[in-house]
Amino acid sequence: MSGLTRQGYAWVFGGGIDTDVLAPGVYMKGSIEEMAKHCLEAVDPTFAPNVAPGDVVVGGDAFGMGSSREQAVMVLNVLQVGAVIARSFARIFYRNAMNLALPALICPEADTIQAGDQLVVDPGAGTVTNTTQDRTLACDPIPPHLMAMIEDGGLLPHLKKRLHSEAA
Amino acid sequence: MAMTLAEKICAHAAGQAQVTSGEIVTARVDLAMIHDSGGPRRVKPMLEELGVGVWDPSKVVLISDHYVPAVDAESAAILDLTRKWAAANDIDNFHDMQGICHVVLPERGHLRPGMFVAGGDSHSTTGGAFGCFMIGIGATEMAGVLASGEIWARVPPTIRLEWNGMLGLGVVAKDMMLAMCGRLGMAMGNYKAIEFCGSTVDGLSMTERMVMSNMAAELGGKVGLIAPDQTTVDHITAAGGDAGEWQQWVSDPDAEVEAHHVFDADGLAPHVAAPHSPENSAPVTETERARIDQAYIGACTGAKLSDLHMAAEVLRGRKVAKGVRLLIAPASTRVTATAAADGTLAILGEAGGIVMPSGCGACAGYGAGVLAEGEVCISSTARNFKGRMGHAESQVYLASPYTVAAAAVTGEITDPREFLMEQAA
Repeated sequence: MSGLTRQGYAWVFGGGIDTDVLAPGVYMKGSIEEMAKHCLEAVDPTFAPNVAPGDVVVGGDAFGMGSSREQAVMVLNVLQVGAVIARSFARIFYRNAMNLALPALICPEADTIQAGDQLVVDPGAGTVTNTTQDRTLACDPIPPHLMAMIEDGGLLPHLKKRLHSEAA
Repeated sequence: MAMTLAEKICAHAAGQAQVTSGEIVTARVDLAMIHDSGGPRRVKPMLEELGVGVWDPSKVVLISDHYVPAVDAESAAILDLTRKWAAANDIDNFHDMQGICHVVLPERGHLRPGMFVAGGDSHSTTGGAFGCFMIGIGATEMAGVLASGEIWARVPPTIRLEWNGMLGLGVVAKDMMLAMCGRLGMAMGNYKAIEFCGSTVDGLSMTERMVMSNMAAELGGKVGLIAPDQTTVDHITAAGGDAGEWQQWVSDPDAEVEAHHVFDADGLAPHVAAPHSPENSAPVTETERARIDQAYIGACTGAKLSDLHMAAEVLRGRKVAKGVRLLIAPASTRVTATAAADGTLAILGEAGGIVMPSGCGACAGYGAGVLAEGEVCISSTARNFKGRMGHAESQVYLASPYTVAAAAVTGEITDPREFLMEQAA
């Protein structure tokens, strides 16, 4: 287990999760904390009030499709979601997640996960252990240059480190 | 080795003679485009934290379009910050309240075939109509681009979407795109370069090609390329731009592509996408004649001059149905001025349409014209995700400006050819 290991309950959303339901445009002018209260409310109003730190969001294909709005990742970080697991991610969402150090794992078997299952996610090893079902799901490994960035805490701290080392 | 257009631009931007799809390269960015929502308000604190400025202000275009005009203290503050940041960072290419970024960018001659462009908006694929490898990115990523002038990218494999044949009366690029969203799905192009080609695409005007590239985003594409030709060059020249050595920016005939789909434009019907996804599309003839409350002609996808002309063709001498509101937000101030000069706005106004300021407006639920609980809208925009245009329990249908205008007249989803045929007869 690496230092990035997360543990929590699964919130299962399936396919068709877009950036508008993650980060509704009508809240875009306000604070990210306010927007987070409305994260995914169009598909499950119980999610934002009840999600606990470390819980895992589970999606289907092209999770996070649509807008480039980074708030779609920021609201999940505000809610202290531990990781997002999906069969596949829309490419801008995936990059935004890496840039903001939210582990996003591509898992072909994501749809075996049931709502409320207890999960242990190890982004470094690329595994999701479903404790409830007593099985381990293999995920696509996160490329090394992105793992390095996540370990630094995201793109900004990563760049800062690089700029400082160049200056030194 | 033969390369696709996407590979050629990536190779050029990476300073390499050759790249292959799947390879990760570090690309020099020719241009970075940002707007008032994901731009200064987000990147300013990040650049300050990094302790660096913009790598090259002459290569940055800033456009305010999401919160314009300001409607409350919050949006006014965002625009104020945007303007001050532009001045402090010597951003000469700041187009303030001149229209929607994807339309203003080529309108002001900023795009040249072969460019590698990073855009802080998901519909940045629109630049592909000009032969630019233009990708959408998020705000932190953009802060990195503005600091360094570089971005990492995986060279995408290409999916070729070829259209041949003649589009019928009342059938346009929007219908081609909705038809493909329905047939191929929104995840089809994820991580891929989409390249549109074929005799139908060759025959499209630049503004219609922009609809294709714009909605490449709805097919999941990283870019939506169309190889430049004389139509492209003439448009760029007229906008005061320089097409450069445009002939080289074309896929080699023997370049390897991942998939190649061929479509027939002959017999294609106008298409409508039902709530809540562009891939829920079907011919209008097979779509339920749902009642509508609002018809919206707007956004980067559906409010250019050609789009307003389509709406006017249907609305000339007709009236918007009782109980229906027709909102028109032209995509740029130049579109508004031209449509005023050529009589288009008068036709739309006489029909009962309401002309609004240029901006992203109701499309993303940011601006004026959003929907109440239970309301139904037909829109010339690109996305109808749940809650996008207002209340989570509102409903949005997507269609071409022809079909949106026809629904405004009857108050329900209608085949626009009924009106266009009357005129032709």
